[in-house]
Amino acid sequence: MKKLIEFTLNGRKVRVEVEPNELLLNVLREKLCLTGTKYACGIGECGACTVLVDGEAVLSCLTLAIEVDGKNVVTIEGLAKDGKLDVIQEAFLDEGAVQCGYCIPGFILTAKALLKENPSPTEDEIREYIKGNLCRCTGYVNIVRAIKRASELIKEGEK
Amino acid sequence: MDINKVNTKILPVSFDYYAPSSIEELLSILKREEEVVFLAGGTDLLVKMKQRIVEPKVVVSLNRISELSFIEEKEDGLHIGAVTKLRAIEKSDVVREKFPVLYWGVRAIGSVQIRNMGTIGGNLCNASPAADSAPPLMVLNAELKTIGVEGERRIPINEFFVGPGKTVLKSKELLAEIKVPYLPPNSGTSFIKIARTSMDIAKINVAVMVRLENGRIGECRIALGAVAPTPMRARKAEEFLTGKEVTDENLRRAGEIVSKEIRPITDIRSTAEYRREVSKVLTYDALRIAIREASKE
Ligand SMILES: Cc1cc2nc3c(=O)[nH]c(=O)nc-3n(C[C@H](O)[C@H](O)[C@H](O)COP(=O)(O)OP(=O)(O)OC[C@H]3O[C@@H](n4cnc5c(N)ncnc54)[C@H](O)[C@@H]3O)c2cc1C
Ligand code: FES
Ligand code: FES
Repeated sequence: MKKLIEFTLNGRKVRVEVEPNELLLNVLREKLCLTGTKYACGIGECGACTVLVDGEAVLSCLTLAIEVDGKNVVTIEGLAKDGKLDVIQEAFLDEGAVQCGYCIPGFILTAKALLKENPSPTEDEIREYIKGNLCRCTGYVNIVRAIKRASELIKEGEK
Repeated sequence: MDINKVNTKILPVSFDYYAPSSIEELLSILKREEEVVFLAGGTDLLVKMKQRIVEPKVVVSLNRISELSFIEEKEDGLHIGAVTKLRAIEKSDVVREKFPVLYWGVRAIGSVQIRNMGTIGGNLCNASPAADSAPPLMVLNAELKTIGVEGERRIPINEFFVGPGKTVLKSKELLAEIKVPYLPPNSGTSFIKIARTSMDIAKINVAVMVRLENGRIGECRIALGAVAPTPMRARKAEEFLTGKEVTDENLRRAGEIVSKEIRPITDIRSTAEYRREVSKVLTYDALRIAIREASKE
């Protein structure tokens, strides 16, 4: 029972035929060739597959692709605009928050949702918000610092 | 050779899929199909499907039925649609102000992503003995409204769970709404969860409601999770405390009674011994917090 679905992906309308049992993660990576979204645990524990659906951070490994019909999906590929990185991406570079990088798309999209909701989070609020994202390299300190820095950069930019 | 049962990359089962946009449309699908599996946030269901624990032939998504997703204050209490996201409940001012025990229970569930996806109905219908929204709703004496081809039913939450993964829901019957009565005056509530990490499900959780009456405990409700085949009310401890004075000795005694009435097992998260031991202090602490909250009014 294949179905044609249409949704907005990183600002562009896309149409794709999916089986009901296809996961959003696999459709993004394998059918739409956007491999920035990562597969790690596959059971909701690690956050590597985080994408934004209608602005909210969700796990693409536990989302049926067919369920995003008509919705607005943003992946890590959708953040940079006109060849310029998003401030959160810049802050991650500035703070050396990236090691192997596998977890980073998930962290950045989670941070994007956080800063939209709460533009000046405290360290505790940042840590609470990213607790569903695991990183086996960095020890989180620089990631937390990068999110803090991004929040400052956004505030400076608004002045 | 046995098939590989655990594949977390794909859903190794194909099924028909419906996403009705109204209850009416949903009912017509239920009349037609022999057996269905409901999909809400999928945070329990898809994990089980990946492990072939559930292999549905027909999946009916509840996510496009806006009639099932709401938080509404009415005269007789707070009404919450079963498909309401956990995160919406956590963010609701009414829940936070008038039903803090539910706020804390919901907030204890998984991560932001999990709560953005997961629903309150999914948490209850999945019927995990450790479900964090269950003890709060049990001490609030919530009432559940179900819908099925045979009509509606109203079930007290304290009669909803029958075993691990099992509820009184019949085949093709769904949870539609949760009604939470307002707390009486001079009452306070609390919720405590102990887990291995803050992302994990509970080793044990407890919720308490206490109503004070002339300095005594006029009414008391205690519910615990992950200590029996279902979330449970500690009726013996409740009975013991009713009418008693608020003394350290009475509260400690209540903890000991709880520890005897629970039926914990040893599993990957904890041992039966630990659960029995810690239930004493957990009950004591939760009672203390609830009494403090009740005295505030
Ligand atoms: C990483 C991770 C961490 C988690 N942490 C916690 C935690 O700390 N505490 C906790 O309690 N849970 C936790 N969970 C479990 C889960 O997220 C919650 O139980 C969640 O509320 C399930 O809701 P859902 O909408 O995703 O349910 P689904 O997965 O969609 O459904 C769950 C079950 O209920 C049935 N169902 C759903 N809605 C209805 C309805 N309205 N009527 C009838 N049947 C229905 C489905 O058919 C299915 O059998 C965690 C899960 C993951 C993956
Ligand atoms: S791959 Fe989705 S949470 Fe780990
Ligand atoms: S940078 Fe390697 S997992 Fe996070």
